[in-house]
Amino acid sequence: MDGGKPYTVDELFNIIIKSKPYFGKHGGVTISGGEPLLQAKALIPLFKKLKAEGIHTALDTNGRILNNFAKELMDDYTDLVMLDIKSMSEEGYQQITGQKNKETTFNVSTHREASGKPMWLRYVLIPGLTDAPELLHTMGEYFKSYKTIEKLEIQPYHKLGVHKWEALGWDYKLKDARENTEAELQQASTLLLAYFKQVSIN
Amino acid sequence: MEVKQFLEGLWTKSINVRSFVFNNITPYHGSSEFLVGPTEATKALWKTCLEAMEEERARDGVRSLDTDTISTVEAFDAGYIDKEKEVIVGLQTDELLKRAMKPFGGFKVVQKALSEHGKAPNEKLTELFSKYVKTHNDGVFDAYNAEIKKYRSLGILTGLPDNYARGRIIGDYRRVALYGINFLIEQKQKDLESITGPFTDDVIRLREEVSEQIKALKAMIVLGQKYDLDLTRPAENAKEAVQWTYMAYLAAVKEQDGAAMSLGNVSTFLDIYIEQDLQDGTITESEAQEYIDQFVMKLRLVRHLRMKAYDEIFAGDPTWVTEAIGGMFTDGRTKVTKTSFRFLNTLYNLGPSPEPNMTVLWAEDLPENFKKFCAKVAIETSSLQFENDRLMRDVRYSDDYGIACCVSHQDLGKSIQFFGARTNLAKTLLLALNGGRCELTGTQIFDGVPEDKDEYLDFDKVMVNFKIAMQEIARVYSDSMNIIHYMHDKYYYEKAQMALIDTNPHINIAYGIAGLSIVADSLSAIKYAKVKPIRNEQGLTIDFEIEGDFPKYGNDDDRVDTLAAQAVADFNNELKQFPIYKNAEPSLSVLTITSNVVYGKKTGATPDGRALGVPFAPGANPMHGRDEMGAIASLNSVAKINYEDAQDGISNTFSIVPKSLGADVETRVENLTAILDGYFSNNAQHVNINVLDKETLLDAMERPEEYPQLTIRVSGYAVNFVRLTREQQLEVISRSFHESM
Repeated sequence: MDGGKPYTVDELFNIIIKSKPYFGKHGGVTISGGEPLLQAKALIPLFKKLKAEGIHTALDTNGRILNNFAKELMDDYTDLVMLDIKSMSEEGYQQITGQKNKETTFNVSTHREASGKPMWLRYVLIPGLTDAPELLHTMGEYFKSYKTIEKLEIQPYHKLGVHKWEALGWDYKLKDARENTEAELQQASTLLLAYFKQVSIN
Repeated sequence: MEVKQFLEGLWTKSINVRSFVFNNITPYHGSSEFLVGPTEATKALWKTCLEAMEEERARDGVRSLDTDTISTVEAFDAGYIDKEKEVIVGLQTDELLKRAMKPFGGFKVVQKALSEHGKAPNEKLTELFSKYVKTHNDGVFDAYNAEIKKYRSLGILTGLPDNYARGRIIGDYRRVALYGINFLIEQKQKDLESITGPFTDDVIRLREEVSEQIKALKAMIVLGQKYDLDLTRPAENAKEAVQWTYMAYLAAVKEQDGAAMSLGNVSTFLDIYIEQDLQDGTITESEAQEYIDQFVMKLRLVRHLRMKAYDEIFAGDPTWVTEAIGGMFTDGRTKVTKTSFRFLNTLYNLGPSPEPNMTVLWAEDLPENFKKFCAKVAIETSSLQFENDRLMRDVRYSDDYGIACCVSHQDLGKSIQFFGARTNLAKTLLLALNGGRCELTGTQIFDGVPEDKDEYLDFDKVMVNFKIAMQEIARVYSDSMNIIHYMHDKYYYEKAQMALIDTNPHINIAYGIAGLSIVADSLSAIKYAKVKPIRNEQGLTIDFEIEGDFPKYGNDDDRVDTLAAQAVADFNNELKQFPIYKNAEPSLSVLTITSNVVYGKKTGATPDGRALGVPFAPGANPMHGRDEMGAIASLNSVAKINYEDAQDGISNTFSIVPKSLGADVETRVENLTAILDGYFSNNAQHVNINVLDKETLLDAMERPEEYPQLTIRVSGYAVNFVRLTREQQLEVISRSFHESM
């Protein structure tokens, strides 16, 4: 593993327990990534211990994998799934993620809906790429009957990460995209409110 | 005495302001929605003040000076900003922002300060103080021995109040409003009569002191007359209560130029009068806010004459008009009132400001609305500090207290402090590694520590020698404190403030240390890595080679955090071994003000890898950039220092970038509230909160004229960022700005 620091479950649990007084009424633990579902097997015992301590658990995932470990983790130990919807079209999905098969994301959302447990959607609004009204309508139509979606979070596009990609010697695919204007964000928010209980701009 | 409107209690029989507040308070659980903006008069006055402060900055920090008058309670005619618009009146001199001479702390300091602005005291005063009148500073240096002078000049003890006034004492300024001065004089006269023989030193001294206090009370009456105020009687309405309280404080800052002269805990007291007038319909909310705005405005205008060298230890011309807001009574009721909100609201009505030094007494069971409002104000102004009310109530057994200077609990009207600046604990460790010699000059400071010739430092051996070094430093530190406070009482006694405090109060002597994180990390390196000292031909350490990694303070790692906590406990214990003037009780702070920069300059390379001259972290903060595990881990490390061992206070300055607190105001408020609840539930004592981006500060360095009111919390107080020196600005920017929780 490059660039990360390995921790045992116990080490992580100890760090979290010492942070517990700071969680307040709505705080808890969110595992993000990378992709946390890739480590679902290792996360099960951690989340199990956290639930025993009454700590709220959340996963920030792009839903790229749905195996039995991922299902057990989400169904039994995860209070909230925050699912990143990269794109509603296969072409757009590949352009953004460099990966094929957008369907796995929808498999995860379908699974979560069937479990009846809370979910938030997150959508990065990239000008010229994911912000076309028809794409937003498509997403709205697709999810409007879902009962477990509490809110949709619009993630404004920012270029803060570009230097990281460059430092790693990678070609940053979205180099040409610009950041959103305030008006564009508001328009998207208004459009999506027709489909979701709550829409926020992060 | 006019008492019929209020519920009676102990306070009606003897002086006891707490009893008055306890019996008459209207706790407030509502939101901030009732607050109103400034009146037109307030706005106009503040505009005049801002212009005057701009002139002050342009004239090298001093707008005008008086060179003929010794500032006393009665000195100077009445001064106004714009008399017609002022509802609360009173300036230290007859002119806005004019600074006055208070030469009894030290005449040479006054001469130096004036000469830096091309002025000198008038000839008569110069002759008087050169030939006939002795000052605190003269007295101290008559008594200092060679050893203390050596410690002082080599930077082991720095910033001692031996050439400036000690401050720290908080008069219970509320007493003037509640009782009127005639009653206070009667009570002091009774006290004086009861101080009887045999006339030993301490009894004679006390009689002299109480007599001085009575004179000061009479002088306060004269001060009131200059402004057509009859302070002999109790205040009869809200406006008078604010005005009387301010006059009492004004008397103090006319007579004294103590480093820190706190206001106490007046907001809740004043609320009782305001609430009554509002109930009676004699004032409106707008008028209530106007009293507080104009009171606070006056507090922002307090100025002392300082020489430039003073700026090294107390940067940015601070006055520490510290006002403690909020907290709980021991019976579980909150002390939060609408006027707690009104005080905080001045940061909006007049804009952010370092003074008065607003300090929120935090407890988990404070009203939720108040917590939220405080968090919001902290996020939007970076002008607040927070202290653990529950912890201080439990340990200090008092719920009616002010915060002296930056972080120190002081039972109002019942207890005082003898300010003791601080010693350099990091240098103390270096003395232990160098056979008791100064690592920079080679001067032998004390004997009893053997030369360390080992190739690698041995932890157990270092700890033995460190303890010896602590004992020696504590002994000399204590000696110097005794001399300083003996002389301050003798030549520059705080008669106006002491007149508003019980006769013969309890006294804490307030010791301090700087460089705690350096000590903790150095000991950790010696214990968990291999540390090889590099010595010069004299055998003095000039650098250290560290082989291997070691845990660093600030990452919630017990291996090193316990070393920090133990160093505090050990030094505190050493300080308790010596007899103290007036039987004061020792207490210790982990607080640096801005002296962490100058202390760093005077301290050689340390075993933690810090190079010669590099600034220390402020207060109890982890060293910049070493707290890598996020904000919570950093806070948890500081919380492990036991308040019982450092009852003068443990200062932590916490800076976080806005976006890591959350995307929107609501989330940020919620998260900051949770952080404060969490930190204090771990028995931490104090935290300064800055919510700022580094970019803002860098921009303010480039274009200071755009940021006249940009306020930032440093160690235990706040400053106008643009009034710091470039070096201090860079040091502030180099500190950890947490970007993750």
